[in-house]
Amino acid sequence: MLNYTIRRLLLAIPTLLFISLIIFLIIALSPGDPTASLPLSVPAEVREQIREALGFNEPIYIRYLLWLKTFVINEPMYYLQDVFGWEYDKSINPRVISWQTRSPVMDTIVQRVPQTLWVVGMSYVVGILIAVPIGIISAYKQYSIFDQIGTFISMVGFSVPTFFTGVLLIVVFSVMIPNDSFFWLPSIYDTTLVVEDWDSFWKQVRQMIMPVFVLSLFNAAQISRYMRASVLDNLRQDYVRTARSKGLSEKIVVLVHVLRNSLIPVITVIALGVPQVFGGAIITEQVFKVNGLGQLLILAIQDGDAPTVQTLTFIFAVLIVLFNLVADVLYGIMDPRIRYD
Amino acid sequence: MTDTTSIESIAPDDLPPARSQWGDVWRQFKTHKGALIGMIFFVAILLFVLLGPWFWSIDPTYIDIRARNSGPSLLHPMGTDQLGRDTFARMMAGGQVSLAVGITAMLLALFLGTLVGVMSGYFKSLDGPLMRFTDLFLALPLLPLLLVIIMLFREPLNNQFGPEGGIFILMVSAIGITSWMQTARIVRGDVLSLKELEFVLAAKSIGTPPKRMITRHVLPNVLSPIMVSATLGIASAIITESSLSFLGLGFPPDFPTWGRLLYDGVIFIDQYPERVIWPGLAISLTVLSVNYIGDGVRDALDPRNRDR
Amino acid sequence: MRTLKTILLATAASAVALTGAWADGHSKRGKDGELKIIYWQAPSILNPYLSGGTKDLEASSLVIEPLARYNETGAIVPWLAESVPTVENGGVSADLKSITWKLKSGLKWSNGEAVTPEDVIFSWKYCTTEGGGCAQVEKYKDVTSVEKIGDLTVKVTFGVAKPFPYGPFVGAQAPIINAKQFEGCLGAKAQECTTANFNPIGTGPFVVDNFKPNDVIQLSANPNYRDPNKPAFAKVTFKGGGSATDAGRAVMETGEFDYAWNMQLAPDVLAKMAAAGKGTIESGFGTLVERIMVNQTNPSSALGEERGTAKHPHPFLTDIAVRKALSMAIDRALLTEIGYGKAGRPTCNVLPAPTIYASTANDGCMKQDIAGAKKVLDDAGWKVGGDGVRAKDGVKLSMVYQTSTNAVRQDFQALIKQWWKEIGVESELRNIDASVFFGGNVSSPDTFQKFFADVEMYANNFDGTDPEAYMSNWGCSQAPSPANQWQGNNMQRYCSKEYDAMIAKYSTTGDLNERAALAKAMNDMLMQSYTIIPLVDRGRVSARSNKLGGTVMNTWDSELWNAADWFRIK
Repeated sequence: MLNYTIRRLLLAIPTLLFISLIIFLIIALSPGDPTASLPLSVPAEVREQIREALGFNEPIYIRYLLWLKTFVINEPMYYLQDVFGWEYDKSINPRVISWQTRSPVMDTIVQRVPQTLWVVGMSYVVGILIAVPIGIISAYKQYSIFDQIGTFISMVGFSVPTFFTGVLLIVVFSVMIPNDSFFWLPSIYDTTLVVEDWDSFWKQVRQMIMPVFVLSLFNAAQISRYMRASVLDNLRQDYVRTARSKGLSEKIVVLVHVLRNSLIPVITVIALGVPQVFGGAIITEQVFKVNGLGQLLILAIQDGDAPTVQTLTFIFAVLIVLFNLVADVLYGIMDPRIRYD
Repeated sequence: MTDTTSIESIAPDDLPPARSQWGDVWRQFKTHKGALIGMIFFVAILLFVLLGPWFWSIDPTYIDIRARNSGPSLLHPMGTDQLGRDTFARMMAGGQVSLAVGITAMLLALFLGTLVGVMSGYFKSLDGPLMRFTDLFLALPLLPLLLVIIMLFREPLNNQFGPEGGIFILMVSAIGITSWMQTARIVRGDVLSLKELEFVLAAKSIGTPPKRMITRHVLPNVLSPIMVSATLGIASAIITESSLSFLGLGFPPDFPTWGRLLYDGVIFIDQYPERVIWPGLAISLTVLSVNYIGDGVRDALDPRNRDR
Repeated sequence: MRTLKTILLATAASAVALTGAWADGHSKRGKDGELKIIYWQAPSILNPYLSGGTKDLEASSLVIEPLARYNETGAIVPWLAESVPTVENGGVSADLKSITWKLKSGLKWSNGEAVTPEDVIFSWKYCTTEGGGCAQVEKYKDVTSVEKIGDLTVKVTFGVAKPFPYGPFVGAQAPIINAKQFEGCLGAKAQECTTANFNPIGTGPFVVDNFKPNDVIQLSANPNYRDPNKPAFAKVTFKGGGSATDAGRAVMETGEFDYAWNMQLAPDVLAKMAAAGKGTIESGFGTLVERIMVNQTNPSSALGEERGTAKHPHPFLTDIAVRKALSMAIDRALLTEIGYGKAGRPTCNVLPAPTIYASTANDGCMKQDIAGAKKVLDDAGWKVGGDGVRAKDGVKLSMVYQTSTNAVRQDFQALIKQWWKEIGVESELRNIDASVFFGGNVSSPDTFQKFFADVEMYANNFDGTDPEAYMSNWGCSQAPSPANQWQGNNMQRYCSKEYDAMIAKYSTTGDLNERAALAKAMNDMLMQSYTIIPLVDRGRVSARSNKLGGTVMNTWDSELWNAADWFRIK
């Protein structure tokens, strides 16, 4: 297993380089333009000068190599300067600069991570915590009332998009309920809030309730379906009959034997979802004004801010490769029969 | 309800002497109550969107500005929108597009996902390359990718298949090729563990060729995650379709689809809630019915269930 | 993470300390607590020279200011300058080649240092240095030098006679920036000065405490602001993000915010929000006109590289009868009512304001005339075919009608398509993502400059009150074509020698009344060619909480232009 992991990690380097190239080509080919959001009264020559100043007019391969060098060499140098005591000079080794904000892309990303993790990450954890038990019970008591209701809610939860559920919640909890009521919830997320005492913690909880609820409903719907299907499959296997006939209690049969064997598809879904957490939830973030990484990405795309899109997407790719590896390793742990070597 | 009773009354009459495999599957499927109800709903929705326009003569794009924002009435059973277009007619027309796109794109994604998943799970030599390929697709930035697709392919496809056919092909393939990866990863995971089970090893040892192994032994056993992907896939394809039309990739803006009706309705949510309820209900019902049909199919295809 | 937190805490602490200080010293500044503003497009930078986006301009107008700016009527009022120079008061030279500005005395930057003519000169240098990518270069067009004359006086010299010399240092687009702070940021270095771009030292009523790009800005009252009693608010939270609906809801329904910008919403949605009784809609009109451009060149993809160029005239839109009929079939009043409500008014001119420029010669278009349009087409020989679409000599009146993705625009498309259908003109609708449509990317076929469609709809306006540059858009040489990389604003490829002659005359005319007459004549000429079909004169709409006082809607400058005067209604 260790050998396999090391081999995969080494293999990840060329894979990621290749992925970064493809991402770059797609962004460069797509018809975005860093001056698209300027007012129409800004004349064409000025737009051209702006593109020139941003380096938009350089040939694609130069832009790619430049980005690669700044991201892979300069950024780590900047972050490790304190550790190793290097002299870091930003005029010699510039960092990846956003075209919208003219500031280092990584700084903005770092700024956005906390609110993304609070909201999107939390809703993912909540989603999993709800989905796994629901999936098990639904499968164990297939076609019971619990199962039917669970199926109904999760199907509705998945097919009604978050731009609808989010707005619905806002209308109910922020508009209809008066401002001073205990049940009133803010419709706008305050990203400047610092949690330092009970009062601010309570504020933080209140502003997280709606976005987290909306997102976890969506996440739980998906995961619980896979969980249910997988447990159902396993309950029919011969080993379950064997275990039962051995006189093991139902609790042990289900929670030890069945659960472990039915986690494989669920691990896949969960592992695929973790990078998505980092990618943010564009629509929910917009509805509640959370302004996390999803909003950063969508604004960068709309404004043709290639360095930001490239950097975010590439970090995203790194996480995907990493978590798919984690999933593969977990398969081996869950099911010792799976051998990669 | 008439559909089911007729089916049930026919079935016992002509019981074939030899039980074919598909006959068994159908018999098993029939006993699944949820699946039957799902089937009825699905057929009803299909009839509504396909045959409805024959009986309901209002043009979904016709604007009757004096009748705008009206509630449900005999003339407009589901009311009208902000321009006075009949919501009932728009639901039918929109359903045709949404169902066609949703189902086709889901099938495409499912086919690609299952193919890649089974291949890489079953053949060790393909596993590495195919999974790295999956990683690549997972990592691609969706919006710029779609914009590139529109730029490169819209005009050639329009010229080849006409505006509507071209857009349909473009949309279905765009959704299909950007949403197969999850299915592939899940199927692969299942195949990996399945491959080590005794019955597969036994079948292998008597020299069963890979093609037969996959179709007879592997595929039926990874059916449940595939069915789940199918139900979830329809829902996300219908919603994705509506977001594609905002990029200019979808059908012309006056062309209704369920996803677009839902999106357009959200802004009026507190004044005219019915505008979001109808399309929301239609999408949810479709997905629910497909889900139950999927449950039934899976149970029916499972030989262990058949003896009960 | 830890550093961020310390900064936050430190600013909070210092703010508390400062508020305490004011409470003792000055009785009025900062008395009204916190002002909360929401812009559904979040500001990404606070340096207007590096970003022309409205959101960035307006946010930065709280901090940095110009010498003079436009007030709500479009008149120029002195801001950092003592008075507005004119030929009459001797501030503008008789040959119109120079203008002399005098700063108010005793002006201070927010760090306490004095504002000097060097700062003014530097602002010009900053924007005009090669390689800086300044978005406002147009404001400094033809400026040959900016010199210091006395302790508080600067003289701007132009290379040509400028009948309208109020480009440099006027309006939110051309503010004065701190020379010391931006010293090392000239030219290509402009991109590296993150701290300065995010936290400019200014003369405005507020100072930036914390700037999170594309998210939120926290500001507090400027301790060195020139009026010791202002601003009334001690702190400002400037939140960005969401959509117009969300922002309107936050001000008018939930009452979480005080001011929301750009409420581009359907009138009945706005009316519903206003009914909650927490906020009010404010609107004002500028020069923004939603219009349909009628392509004079053939966009057929069969023409390959030469599509959309003057070599291939449009098969039927070159017939003025068709264009006239298209315009007559439109009910502008209804469009306005459905799409913009109070925030729009029907217009028949592409140059609707200021009043002295507004022509009345084309007002016949206000009334929809379907019968008349049919007659015009009949007379021109376009006969209705079996499918209800008119044709002549085998050419069918069938068009592609494109615009950007936007709910109101899609409603307009649907309505206009139906009217055109009634007169026998068929149209296929297309909507394109705004970032592609308005982006100048040469590789995309869907930009509004390439205009590979028969008609297209969008809105445009001009900065300030002088329409010279705007009216020059429709010269023959301004037509986008492969030769100029599809740049230029003459989207419909209009070309008339007469019009070009008027452009030339305009640039040499100094007298205001003559200029107005000329601009009107140019507008009429364009309108009567029906190559531009104006629809709605769009105003700015914003939402204000009923607890916020002192706002004055300004469409000629930043909406936040008088934020120093805003106060809390108790």
